[in-house]
Amino acid sequence: MTRHIVGRIGFYTLIALLMAFFTVPLLWLAAAPFTSDPTYEVSLPDFTFTNFQAILEHPYALGSLYNSLLLAVGTAVLVVLLAALAAYALSRVRMPGRDALLYALLLLSSIITGTAAMVPLFQLAVELNLIDSQLGLILILTGGLLPAAIFMLKDFMDSTPKSYEESARVFGASPLQIVGHVVVPLVRPGLATIGVWAIANVWGNFLMPYLLLSDIEKQPGAVIMFTLYTEGGQANLPLLSTFGLLYSVPVVLMYLFVSKKYGFRFHGGIKR
Amino acid sequence: MAQATSHPKARYSADAAGLGTPRAAAFIAPAMALIAVFLVFPALWVIYLGLTNYRLTGLAAAEPQFVGLDNFVKAVSDEGFWNSAWLTVQFVLGSAVIGQVVLGFTIAWLLRDRQGPLKRVVEGLVILAWILPGAVVSFLWIALLDRDGGTLNALLGIPGFAWLLDHPMLSIIIFNTWRGTAFSMMLYGAALGNVPPSHLESARLAGASGWQQLRDVVFPHIRGHILTNLLLISLWTFNDFTPFLLTAGGPDHKSEVLAVHVYNVALRGGELGFGAAVSTIILLINLVVAVFYLRLLRRKS
Amino acid sequence: MKRSIGAVAVIAATGMALTACGQSSSDADTIELTITQNAIAGGKNAAAADHIAKWVIPKFEAAQKAKGKDVKVKFVPSGVDDEQYKTKLALDLKSKKGADVIDIDGIWAGEFAEAGYIKPLSEVAGAETDSWEGWSQIPEAVQGLTTYNDKKYALPIGTDGRVLYFNKTLFQKAGLPADWQPKSWQEVIDAGNKLKTAGVPTPIQINAGTAMGEATSMQGVLPLLAGAGGEIFKDGKWSGASQPLKDALGLYQQIYGGSGLGDPKLQQEAKGRDKSFAEFADGKIGILMEGDYFWRGVVNPTDGVAKMADRDQVVGFAMIPAIQPGKGIRGQDFVSMSGGALRTINPNSKHPKEAFELAAFTLSPEALKEETKQNVRITPRTDVNKEILTGDPLLMFISEKVLPLTAYRPPLAVYPQVSAALQEATAQVVSGKAPDQAAADYQAKLEGLVGGAGNVAS
Repeated sequence: MTRHIVGRIGFYTLIALLMAFFTVPLLWLAAAPFTSDPTYEVSLPDFTFTNFQAILEHPYALGSLYNSLLLAVGTAVLVVLLAALAAYALSRVRMPGRDALLYALLLLSSIITGTAAMVPLFQLAVELNLIDSQLGLILILTGGLLPAAIFMLKDFMDSTPKSYEESARVFGASPLQIVGHVVVPLVRPGLATIGVWAIANVWGNFLMPYLLLSDIEKQPGAVIMFTLYTEGGQANLPLLSTFGLLYSVPVVLMYLFVSKKYGFRFHGGIKR
Repeated sequence: MAQATSHPKARYSADAAGLGTPRAAAFIAPAMALIAVFLVFPALWVIYLGLTNYRLTGLAAAEPQFVGLDNFVKAVSDEGFWNSAWLTVQFVLGSAVIGQVVLGFTIAWLLRDRQGPLKRVVEGLVILAWILPGAVVSFLWIALLDRDGGTLNALLGIPGFAWLLDHPMLSIIIFNTWRGTAFSMMLYGAALGNVPPSHLESARLAGASGWQQLRDVVFPHIRGHILTNLLLISLWTFNDFTPFLLTAGGPDHKSEVLAVHVYNVALRGGELGFGAAVSTIILLINLVVAVFYLRLLRRKS
Repeated sequence: MKRSIGAVAVIAATGMALTACGQSSSDADTIELTITQNAIAGGKNAAAADHIAKWVIPKFEAAQKAKGKDVKVKFVPSGVDDEQYKTKLALDLKSKKGADVIDIDGIWAGEFAEAGYIKPLSEVAGAETDSWEGWSQIPEAVQGLTTYNDKKYALPIGTDGRVLYFNKTLFQKAGLPADWQPKSWQEVIDAGNKLKTAGVPTPIQINAGTAMGEATSMQGVLPLLAGAGGEIFKDGKWSGASQPLKDALGLYQQIYGGSGLGDPKLQQEAKGRDKSFAEFADGKIGILMEGDYFWRGVVNPTDGVAKMADRDQVVGFAMIPAIQPGKGIRGQDFVSMSGGALRTINPNSKHPKEAFELAAFTLSPEALKEETKQNVRITPRTDVNKEILTGDPLLMFISEKVLPLTAYRPPLAVYPQVSAALQEATAQVVSGKAPDQAAADYQAKLEGLVGGAGNVAS
């Protein structure tokens, strides 16, 4: 009995510590936007909305959030769609060298996210006439995320039972129908997870949008965030914290939406 | 494929939906086309750039010369490179392999049998740290760790303690643990759900301690997940550029991990050829790490 | 290469079809120009961006209309770190893209010219660029900012100067005069010691280390080097581990090496310069070496980033002394460093002559006067400066006392790398290395950068 109590106390202490660790850094984002003259210190806000007013008057702030949404959702849709098709085929049909291929692509994707790739990517975009095009940017970002997405989704598909597909096949469903009506519902939490993962990745990307888009009206929030520093490089704390909050809200909402609607799990589809 | 190890495959025919190779190829083609154009082609280009003295500006921008392996020789004979390589090892081991895996597994294990608001809140907080944009969270941590006005020093009652200057690596390791734990937590959460409760029960009845249960029952079941997890988070952490936003690699290169090193060399220094060579070396290191994990975890399967 | 791109193009053709929007085919007679700066409304350098968008563009278009030309100008704003702005410009120019009129930092002129990204003005926009009316109003030294290999590559946008700022309130507390003007480095140290005794947390702040980047060079090691009689580049050779460099690094050691006169941690922090601004505004720093930007943009009581409502009463300024009177460069008693941005014409511009007219228009007396109405700064034109600077004591001080004795950085492509090596040397001294050793390390690095010991004088 005492052991049980000690265990419970230990459990809740641990949970409390973990929650503190994950909460404390976020406090500033909750307080500073509502403070008239925020500093680095978290202080009780005076609940002013002047900072939000200033952001609303900012010529590019809200537009940039829309652009972020466009880029992130566009990329996520492409990534999920293409990765799901490829992962399913790779999972169900034996192809020579598929594992080696996947690992090679995964490794190459690491080089493309590095700074050194900016010149090839820029010149590629120039040659393909994709400069200053949000679609071009979406394609480039998708290319970088696809290998990891396929890798994760294939894992997921491998772990879903195949008996449903077999029965559907017995009833004469075509492969595309089977994918659409049997497989997708089964792996939906996985697709949702990959979608959110892709969105979060694109949402924070600064360098590629900045280099590939020249029209400021097309730039996403990550780029506008950088403009809130002064000529001397000093952060404009009221605007930065407020924009940071507004810029964070859409991703959080998307996560909540996705996790409510589709569940949010790896390998969580069906338990054996 | 990681999961395949725990599956009695023989019960199903592999191609359950009757896809057939041609259709499978058609399913794969769009992804591969995009990957070929926007990933493989520029990646090979980077590897080629690594063999030139290409620069962003100046004479070498107008007429880059092929210099063979000079950049690689220069990199491995450069103290700064080895410094960065060693820091990267610390960063990956500390924040990914130890920090994220241990913390992620711990949370998943603690919450494995729970439902309800506690689980949702804890998971939500962890995931929040993961999905918030890098530019925002790095700024939050700058505010948290600031030596004069920072919240952490105020909480601990040690004003003036310069975390980012005196312990830059510790700071970015803890930061990255905070940032990335969600992925491991979710992966292990799902994996633990796949461990048959009956196995655990019989182990418990046989008098196995908590650690023995973990080792003998849980671990064999989630081996594939551990592999996937280690592979991905190591790779991501290796190439993670976010520490730059916290410390800019400083002070005195004390937190200049390789991804930041490449940024400093390629973007700030304009030495694109050299930066590309370092990127290629990172790729090779990643390759070695991946092979190591594969051998370690698939040996017994 | 070309063929693989062709193959690639087929695959991406779907993408192209969707991206064609935005390239409107306009009237054949309409001349479309773009102008870019690292400035953006609602953010970085907002006033400059507003001036271009709301004043320059309509006025210029109207003036062209009066001449019978239909010109449309578009402003392309940006608001990022200078390095990122530079990267983007370089990528654009390399691909023969980019705005028609481009602002660059003066110090990039050499490397951009060598890469072929920019070309001499007369080549791009014709010989009439040499007869622009503004040249006669621009001092020789400021014209030098635009010159590379004896050719003018751009128009100068302005210039600046460095001084020692000090907090008069703290000075009074320490028993120091409100019209302080040190005549040697020792007098600066003496003042620092008095401030320290009076309880000032950070008596002296002279930028050091790599985190502050070029601010360490311009507001730190280069003025000190000049004050010790050294020039970073002279007579075709780079200055190595010379006595002046050792002296300059020695002063850093005196300030940051445990004397308590300066705060070594501040030099290492990623946001150290911001912090030095905030601390000065808070009355925690006694003496600070900074450019006129500090006065205009930081402690400016109306729109500074670290406003000081009582700036005009509290903030004093003095010339930067040589190590000893008469021991500075050219035998001077006082020294400074200056830089400045440039406005250049894209060699790939379809309408280079009109682009030059636009650039020249932004530097006409009326445009400069309009631009500086809100935020006064030192313009490149003497005629304009005479009118606009009178209201601002610091800018008067700089234009009258500092600019005649200032020095400029060498406009060479390798300079940014040399500068980074110098910053590294100061970082080493701040973290405890002996000045002589740091100077020797610097020389070794320098030889690697500039092509061997033959190009280095020690």
